Amino acid sequence: MAEITPKGSREKIKKKAVPIPKQPPEVRIKNFNEVALGYTEEQAREEAERCLQCKEPQCIKGCPVGIDIPAFIKCIREGNFEEGIRKIKEKNSLPAICGRVCPQEDQCQKYCVLGKVGDPVSIGRLERFLADWERARGFNIPEKAPSTGRRVAVIGSGPSGLTLAADLAKLGHEVVVFELLHLPGGVLTYGIPEFRLPKEIVKAEVGYIQKLGVEFRFGYVIGRTFTIHELLTDEGFDAVFIGTGAGPPMFMGIPGETLCGVYSANEFLIRVNLMKSYLFPGWDTPIKVGDKVAVIGAGNVAMDAARCALRLGAKEVHIVYRRSRSEMPAREEEIMNAEEEGVIFDVLTLPVAYYGDEKGWVRKMECIRMQLTEPDESGRRRPVPIPNSNFIADIDTVIVAIGRRPNPLIQQTTPGLKVNDDGTIVVDENMRTSIEGVYAGGDIVTGEATVISAMGAGRKAAKSIHEYLLKRGKNKSS
Amino acid sequence: MYEILAVKELAPKIKWFEVYAPHIAKKAKPGQFIILIINERGERIPLTIAGYDREKGIVSFAFNEVGKTTKQLGLLKEGDRIWNIAGPLGNPSEIRKFGKVLCVAAGVMIAPMLLQIKALREAGNEITAVIGARRRDLLFFVEDIKALSHRFYVATDDGSEGHKGLGFLKEIVAKEKFDRCIVMGPVPTLQAVSEITRPYGIPTIVSLMPLMVDGMGMCGVCRVLVGGKMKFACVDGPEFDGHLVDYEELIRRQRMFIVEERLSALLWEMGGLKYG
Ligand SMILES: Cc1cc2nc3c(=O)[nH]c(=O)nc-3n(C[C@H](O)[C@H](O)[C@H](O)COP(=O)(O)OP(=O)(O)OC[C@H]3O[C@@H](n4cnc5c(N)ncnc54)[C@H](O)[C@@H]3O)c2cc1C
Ligand SMILES: Cc1cc2nc3c(=O)[nH]c(=O)nc-3n(C[C@H](O)[C@H](O)[C@H](O)COP(=O)(O)OP(=O)(O)OC[C@H]3O[C@@H](n4cnc5c(N)ncnc54)[C@H](O)[C@@H]3O)c2cc1C
Ligand code: SF4
Ligand code: FES
Repeated sequence: MAEITPKGSREKIKKKAVPIPKQPPEVRIKNFNEVALGYTEEQAREEAERCLQCKEPQCIKGCPVGIDIPAFIKCIREGNFEEGIRKIKEKNSLPAICGRVCPQEDQCQKYCVLGKVGDPVSIGRLERFLADWERARGFNIPEKAPSTGRRVAVIGSGPSGLTLAADLAKLGHEVVVFELLHLPGGVLTYGIPEFRLPKEIVKAEVGYIQKLGVEFRFGYVIGRTFTIHELLTDEGFDAVFIGTGAGPPMFMGIPGETLCGVYSANEFLIRVNLMKSYLFPGWDTPIKVGDKVAVIGAGNVAMDAARCALRLGAKEVHIVYRRSRSEMPAREEEIMNAEEEGVIFDVLTLPVAYYGDEKGWVRKMECIRMQLTEPDESGRRRPVPIPNSNFIADIDTVIVAIGRRPNPLIQQTTPGLKVNDDGTIVVDENMRTSIEGVYAGGDIVTGEATVISAMGAGRKAAKSIHEYLLKRGKNKSS
Repeated sequence: MYEILAVKELAPKIKWFEVYAPHIAKKAKPGQFIILIINERGERIPLTIAGYDREKGIVSFAFNEVGKTTKQLGLLKEGDRIWNIAGPLGNPSEIRKFGKVLCVAAGVMIAPMLLQIKALREAGNEITAVIGARRRDLLFFVEDIKALSHRFYVATDDGSEGHKGLGFLKEIVAKEKFDRCIVMGPVPTLQAVSEITRPYGIPTIVSLMPLMVDGMGMCGVCRVLVGGKMKFACVDGPEFDGHLVDYEELIRRQRMFIVEERLSALLWEMGGLKYG
């Protein structure tokens, strides 16, 4: 058991975290600027002071990539930011992003011992502070190992691919990233909205990776432009990493889902974030949001879509969810942000059909009320419809956010690649797929997960590919 | 950046571009498409591949200048560059020996139909080709297609050349047995031809053009109802069984952003070349 009060060194524990400045809700729903503004140097040092510098830090156990958390916090206290960011970057190559979007309350901060007596240390905000400090100052480009003459192809420029590309480039390998869209970043660019993760930050991270010598090719659809096999033969790559993530949006299969005004969350967010529809007609891709919007589902994606809809001028945005508030899969912080902004939560409600007008635009939604069963053996309470509780609500926009499947093209076009029933790619503990020289990681392996887990997978695969290339190097006569 | 190597005007407001994109040229097949974006602020627009030269690394497509993006594209000249092109996308057409194939193309889609006909012809099929346009001056590739077809017909909406409308096709399919029918063009053409071939049970393949964004199955805007099932045209198509497509739904969805599209084109035209 870790100690809560260190031996006499500090008298009193500060129970409350230093709050992070935020744009007030009534202001922020009118813009796409970042909601949370970040700690100032004083605030960061004050918050860092709260850390107990535990001998057996529990927080590290909760970090999927094992950052030495007390060490970087100590650096902040001492004002040694340079060393602090270096400590983080030993384990996490995208701290400005993770500091903003990691579910810390389920990871490091969940285990922080201070959480037992008050607020845990705001580890994420401190991580963000250091990363922003570094970006403002300009990145140091680290020394690269001499060229190995080995070439690695990376498919997809999401967090897994970006991390892997940076790691392998530093080790002296030649890395080319193939991305089907016209911009890098994967979900960081096309999914997570500007007000949670400014695209300037993604751009800066990618810029840093480009400076390491990584080449990006956009509009390359692996599986069609080249197959994996062609990358390894004709195109001359020694290894391939698949980081293609999740893509195809699911629909419920109820009547009316092809009416105009019914979007998948992915379409809605791609229009808003990748194509910058909120700047239409200055930018060319349009979007249409009515007065009354129903977002189906209650995960992070649903919260993002709901909050975008508000910013695009919707008068009323409802989250429609079939279970109760406590089962909502979204981060608590995001639920609270959405609530503050005026999103209405219709829980225990399931849509069963949409109805349109004569022009084919959605106008009404039929729902049924749900109740939760008593917990079954596994402790889960299932939602079941309450008979004859159907009702009809007026709505003019629907955003379906009930999940996405793995991108299937590589699996369909790569003979010999082992795939699970759910379409994810099978890998071993070293991220190796069933084909020699081919590795995979991120959402394409785990199903929809988190930025940090994708990053961790990229890092692990990089290590594994590096070892493979060294071994292969020896076997090759050249 | 993709350099435009050649520009041709096939008919008023219909342009043919040849661009340098060797990796796409190498893999392109009839029936597939590309998605291009002119600049950072642009829209991603899908265009059907109408030709390729694998040796020279050239991909060709033809487009109709209908809205902001295609009008802006139409102003580009040889030597200009397009910011990004993704492809090849979509499933290639099934090309093999079917026997007698009826090929119907209307408007700008006459261009990719020529590529289809070449491939079908090479596979040993007997081609009956029908090309149509609103008016006589909008027809193109007449001689090329005629040269590859065993039987050849022209139709215009106003009767200024060949048959008036597609009604005459009814007699043709009544007289002759076809093993397959391929239709490319605007939805009303796809629908009309599908209705004509339906009573004769001729397998009819239509190439659909719903709205698209990513073109890779990630957004679902391209969803169409085929035989009552939801399909994503970009990855499940773009070709489908013409007798099973819900055309009414397709037309409604194509018009989803019509107000915004008009606004966009209008503002751009008012601002002239400076805008966007
Ligand atoms: C709206 C939204 C909000 C989210 N919010 C959070 C959050 O707050 N915190 C958090 O931790 N996680 C969040 N997530 C989840 C997180 O973003 C993902 O788990 C993570 O991005 C997965 O990374 P990845 O590298 O596996 O792939 P992705 O980020 O999915 O990137 C894959 C890339 O591969 C490309 N690609 C796919 N197929 C091909 C191909 N055949 N050829 C070439 N390129 C291809 C795609 O275009 C894409 O750019 C969110 C997800 C969404 C959708
Ligand atoms: C798979 C596929 C292949 C295509 N191939 C070709 C091609 O080879 N040549 C070509 O010229 N066009 C093709 N299109 C259509 C082309 O993508 C659109 O014409 C283009 O996006 C219009 O962009 P815009 O900004 O110029 O016009 P917009 O402002 O988007 O639209 C202007 C007008 O065109 C109509 N329109 C828009 N999109 C379509 C569409 N998909 N089908 C019919 N009408 C539409 C609008 O309703 C509006 O009236 C294809 C579409 C798809 C999905
Ligand atoms: S962050 Fe929390 S758990 Fe980690 S060292 Fe500091 S007080 Fe201990
Ligand atoms: S265009 Fe996005 S799924 Fe087809």
